Amino acid sequence: MLDLDKALGTLPHSAMLRSRRAELLAANLANADTPRYQARDLDFRAALAQALDGGQFDADAGLLRTDAHHLALGDADLGGVEILYRTPSQASLDQNSVDVQAERARFADNAMRYQATMRFLDSRFSGLIRAFRGD
Amino acid sequence: MSLFHVMNVAGTALAAQSVRLNTVASNMANANSAASSLESTYRARHPVFMPAFDAAMEDDFDADFSLDGAPGVGVEIAGIVESQAPLRREYQPGHPLADAEGYVFMPNVNVVEEMADMISASRSYQTNIEIMEASKQMLTRTLALGQQ
Repeated sequence: MLDLDKALGTLPHSAMLRSRRAELLAANLANADTPRYQARDLDFRAALAQALDGGQFDADAGLLRTDAHHLALGDADLGGVEILYRTPSQASLDQNSVDVQAERARFADNAMRYQATMRFLDSRFSGLIRAFRGD
Repeated sequence: MSLFHVMNVAGTALAAQSVRLNTVASNMANANSAASSLESTYRARHPVFMPAFDAAMEDDFDADFSLDGAPGVGVEIAGIVESQAPLRREYQPGHPLADAEGYVFMPNVNVVEEMADMISASRSYQTNIEIMEASKQMLTRTLALGQQ
């Protein structure tokens, strides 16, 4: 029996984490001029390893909370991915730790890798489609 | 889908930076608006930025100033403050707004500072436009998955 999850391997996890990371980096850049804002990021390698270990990693892991009194899980919004604060390379007067150039470079790098993931996924899909057709 | 959230985050930044550009324009336009009393003189105004939390996320935070667990936060304007720097008092007896001693009050706008602020704001604006552009490409690529 063909298992779609196995056919796609780590790629869905990778794409999910890449889009999370894009969001974090975009938030850093949006707050480049906000006093006291601390830049954040996730450790991609660790997060992916955790995702693969857990096996139950889900894009929107966590419980559906339909009432304000429901208890929240720790980092439920991120499916348990740990968000880290960046160590500032250079102190600034307003305690903002966003280095715009470095963040932009990271964002571009992350976007490229996301595109690469998408390309790999695409080729997996076309491989599967060819297998289904059997011609 | 968090790539859509990137658009929101960059959008809040665009809005905030345009308010900043707006205050710069206002300050520059009024850099030489003389007045006859301390109270009625224009004072340089600047926006104060703070991280913005989505209404949906606020439940998790209990209004604490904590970014833990929030995937991506935009930026919002907490308020606009007027500069408390001393006003310039100039002796211009011929000025129609001069007081009894022949002085007029000039705004405390520092034009050089405003120019630097303007450049910083427009650079940040451009950065966020590029972020939107990049995330748009990522989304388009995602939507095109498996289509060939």
